[in-house]
This record gives sequence, C-alpha cells and structure tokens, in this order.
Amino acid sequence: MLSAANIAQILMSGLLMGLIYALIAAGLSLIFGLMDVVNFAHGEFLMTAMYATFGLVVMLSLDPLILSPIVAAIMFVVGAFCYRAIIVHAMRARTNVGMVQVFATFGLAIVIRGLAQFAFTPDYRSIPKSWLGGQTFSVLGVYMPAPQLAGALASLIAFGALWLLMKKTDFGKALEATREDAGAVGLVGIDRNRVFAMGWGLGAALVGLAGAILSIFYYIHPDVGGPFALIAYVTVALGGFGSVFGALAAGVIVGIVEAVSATVLQPSMKAIGIYAVYLLVVFLRPRGLFGNL
Amino acid sequence: MATAFEIRRRNQLIIAAVVVAIMIALPLGIKDVYVQNILVLTVMYAALSQSWNILSGYCGQISLGHALYFGIGAYASTLLFVKFGVIPWFGMAAGGIIAAAIALIVGWPCFRLGGHYFTIATIVLAEIGLILFLNWDYSGAASGLQIPVSGDSWLTFTFLRSKLPYYYFALGLAAVVWLVTFFIEDSKWGYYWRAVRENTIAAQSLGVQVFRSKMAAAAVSAFFTAVGGSFYAQFVSYIDPDSVMVFQFSLLMALPAVLGGIGTLWGPALGAAVLIPLTELTRSYMGGGGKGIDLIFYGAVIMIIALARPEGLLSLVSRTRHAPP
Repeated sequence: MLSAANIAQILMSGLLMGLIYALIAAGLSLIFGLMDVVNFAHGEFLMTAMYATFGLVVMLSLDPLILSPIVAAIMFVVGAFCYRAIIVHAMRARTNVGMVQVFATFGLAIVIRGLAQFAFTPDYRSIPKSWLGGQTFSVLGVYMPAPQLAGALASLIAFGALWLLMKKTDFGKALEATREDAGAVGLVGIDRNRVFAMGWGLGAALVGLAGAILSIFYYIHPDVGGPFALIAYVTVALGGFGSVFGALAAGVIVGIVEAVSATVLQPSMKAIGIYAVYLLVVFLRPRGLFGNL
Repeated sequence: MATAFEIRRRNQLIIAAVVVAIMIALPLGIKDVYVQNILVLTVMYAALSQSWNILSGYCGQISLGHALYFGIGAYASTLLFVKFGVIPWFGMAAGGIIAAAIALIVGWPCFRLGGHYFTIATIVLAEIGLILFLNWDYSGAASGLQIPVSGDSWLTFTFLRSKLPYYYFALGLAAVVWLVTFFIEDSKWGYYWRAVRENTIAAQSLGVQVFRSKMAAAAVSAFFTAVGGSFYAQFVSYIDPDSVMVFQFSLLMALPAVLGGIGTLWGPALGAAVLIPLTELTRSYMGGGGKGIDLIFYGAVIMIIALARPEGLLSLVSRTRHAPP
C-alpha cells in the first residue's frame, strides 16, 4: 500500500526531474517558437554540454556547479554557430522547408555524435567527485537528491531570467516581434538573422545549463542525448509549440507522470505514462496545453 | 492521339521496366556476399521509403513512426512462424493487414492533429509499441526471436547459401510499391492526396474527403511497410525490438525519400540507390575501431544533400515534376 509519505516522495521526485525536463525542453521550445524549426540535434546539444562539463572538470578541477555558467556560455557559441553555419541555409530552401530542416538537423546530430565518439570513444564516463554528487536533503521525511534539487532550482532561475529577458529588454521585444512576423521586423531595423542566431545561442545555452547539472548524476556517452531529446519533443508539444512557459508546465507534468507510472506500472514502462498523457491531451486539445499557433 | 501527359506516363513505365531489367541482371555476376547484402538493403529501403512516401510525400502527413508498422510486420510473420508453424508468406499478409488496421485505428484520432503535433504523435505511438514489445515475454521481450533456418527453401523463405532469393523478393516488392504509387498517382485518390498536402482547407472546400484520404494513404503505406518488415525478419532471421522498432529506424525509412525527392515517383528509389551503398561502405571502410569517422562522414553527407538540394536529388536528373500537376 502507498502511504502518504510514499506519495509525497513520488511527487517530489517527479517534480524535481520534471523541472529538469522543462529546462531541457525550454531551448527547443524557444527555437521552435521563434522560427518554426524542430531541432533534431537538441539531444546532441545536451550531450555536448555534458562532455564539455566533463572535460572542464578534468582540466580545471572545479566543481560542475561552478562550471555550469561557463558551459552555458560555450553552448551559446555552439548554438549560434550552428545557426550561422547550417540552419540559415536550410531556411533558404524554397521547397520542402520542413523536411529539409528536420534532416539538416538530423545530419548535424549524427555528425556531433561521430565527433563525440572520435574525441572521447563510446565509453561511459562519469564525474567521480563533486560537491553535490551522492548528497541528499530531507524535509519532513521527503528525500531530495542534491543534484536533482540543484537542477530544479537552476531550471526555475533560468525560466525567471528568460521571462525578464523576454518582457523587459529590447532584445526580448525584438525576439517577440520576430516571432510574430519574421518578414516585417526588417522594416523597423531588426536584423532577423541576428535575432535567430541569438535565439539558437540562447536555446543551446539553456540545454547547456541542463547538461552541466545532469553530468553530476548521469553517465556521459555519445548516445546519452536521444532519450532526453525524445522527452523534450513530447514536452514541447504537450505544452503547445511556441509557448516557452507551456514547456515549463508540461515539463513538470511529464516528470510527475513519469514518477507515478514508474510506481503504478513498472520502471521499464514508465515512458508509456508520458506518451499516453501526450496523446490524451492533444486528442482533446489539438494544440497542446498552451499552444496558440 | 496521346496527350503529352499520357506520353509522359507511358515513358515512366518504360523507364521502370528498363530499371527493373537492369536490377534483375545486376547481381548475376556478383558472388561476393557483402555486395549482395548491400544490394538487398538498397532495394529494401527503396520499397520502404516509397511506402513512407505514399503517406508523407503524396498526402503530406509527415510520419516519423513508421518503425511501428515495420516492427509489426516483422513480429507478425515471425511469431506466426515460430509459435504456430505458419509459413511466412501467410505471416507477411497477416502482418500487412494488421499494420493497416492499426494505422486506421490510430489514424482515426491522430488525423485530427496538424503538422508537428501529428508527427510527434506518430513518434510517440511507435515508442509505445517499442516499450510494449520490450516488455512482452511471449515475443521474447528484449532478447527477441530467432527464426529457425533449416536449409534453402522458398516455402519457409529461408536461404543459407545465397542472398539472391532475398534480393529478388525485395526487388519485386519495390517494383510492386512503385506500380501501386504509379497507378494511384493518376487516380482520384492521388489527386485528393496532393490536394490535402498542398492546402487541406482549400481541398476540403472543394469537396475532397480529407479525413478519408488520409486514412486511405495511411492504410496503404502501413501495409507495405509491414510487408517490408516481414521480409527483413526473414532476411536477417533474428529480430528484437531494438532492431526493428526504434525511432532511428523511422528516420532511416524517410531519409531516402526526402533526399531523393519527397512526393515523387522516383525519389525514394534514387535516394536509396545513393544513400544505402554509401551508408554501408562508409560503415565498413571508416567505421573500424569505433572512432565515429563513419558517422561524421554520413551525417555530413545527409546535411549537405538536404541543404544543397532541398527538392531532392531527383531535381538533378529532371527539371520537370513527374507527378501530374
């Protein structure tokens, strides 16, 4: 029988993991909302960030938590570079734009995976020692693993910062305007390529932050991104394409549903709960929870 | 007097007959099993990608979950063969029918969804299938099923020594799917599908039965994908969920059509002819040592083709669209 303490524990684990899923999905959602591109290399961005954290930990002997802003900054550059080098060309396609983007980013994903294998071998890596690794907090009998708690807090801070950026700065206004009408913003002097590149950088930086924290408690290998990316696609669609804060709500729902179905079904079938909820939601609301497209 | 359109259609058939004749003769001088293997995979992907093309290319409903139908085909014929001794030819038909039925059942709610919501739903459904098969003990769960191979036999469709019988079956399948696409292209449904793809709302206002068009395309597409799955199971004689139902596989099925020319008669075949030998050769010549060089090369090729030829490789060969306007 499930006691109240058990239920509280399941909900707490789900909430923490859900906020991390939301952080992973945030960048995907941002890029999609901005320019209607589903980035199939999103999982590989996450993997890149985890290796970057691993490499920096080995080189500098600093804690992943301190390195996480640096990793996010590195990923910003990676994301903006990918836009300038690849995506901008996919946007130029006159026919078949959707599939070109899917497979251009899919090709990019395979290249990144190949590069990771080349540089680090397919072996599993892990960060042996960190401040938070293996630590646990307990509040009223509910346990919270420290790395997950840090990830959840980072997620909330990142969404807060994103909200401020989008509502209070000129860049945020440019972002919003470009999202509304990418053609017309040129008339008011906004360089849309610059906004798109910033959007890609920002999206990659968000997933970079998630990767830095995930690397504390997760094995790092070239294929680590796949399952997380799949959850991120479902999260973004569940929240509604184009709604960044829908992704926050959807991430939390996904995390809790996953934790509950791991208990109710069996751990190996926990993802079915997430998928069932996605299907249920879009069958009732074909544009996701907060979609406005 | 034949119209220009009728002449073009007839020329398509002549080209197809010539291509098939060449493909029949091609492996006769080849004894190398490795090369035979590449040929089998190439024609198999041409068939699979054409099947995908029917729903996603012609009707415009982008599915990235076709691994579900492929896996259902593979498991249907293999389970019937291993557990009940039913020969794979019946299993193949059963798999195709089951897959088409499932496509209709899931299509009923899914075809109300638009764009990316539909695509994500197809991914999700295939993943649910994958997890169910990974946990289904009767079908061997994660460790899969082995098809007993006693010797060369057309009855049980198993061959030990030569891969040529598999090649000719796959070629036949690719030719059949091509012919089906060819005839549908000029039928009522073919025009409905393209109308749905180009502008669903406009099509509806002109009296096109949008929902039934999508359902028909899904059923045909799933049927042939499942037949391809049964074939693949016989060809490799061992299947597990991770080899026949993973997401990656859905992408690989779509790739030849997209790179060759989505929504065209020849795109999938052309894409497969370029892509599959390239994949296999890079894997064996660059993949040694697990250094990932094969992946870097392969990924770069996909990216370059997608960016340089957004309308597909077919546009290099012909400037005119093969599909009637």
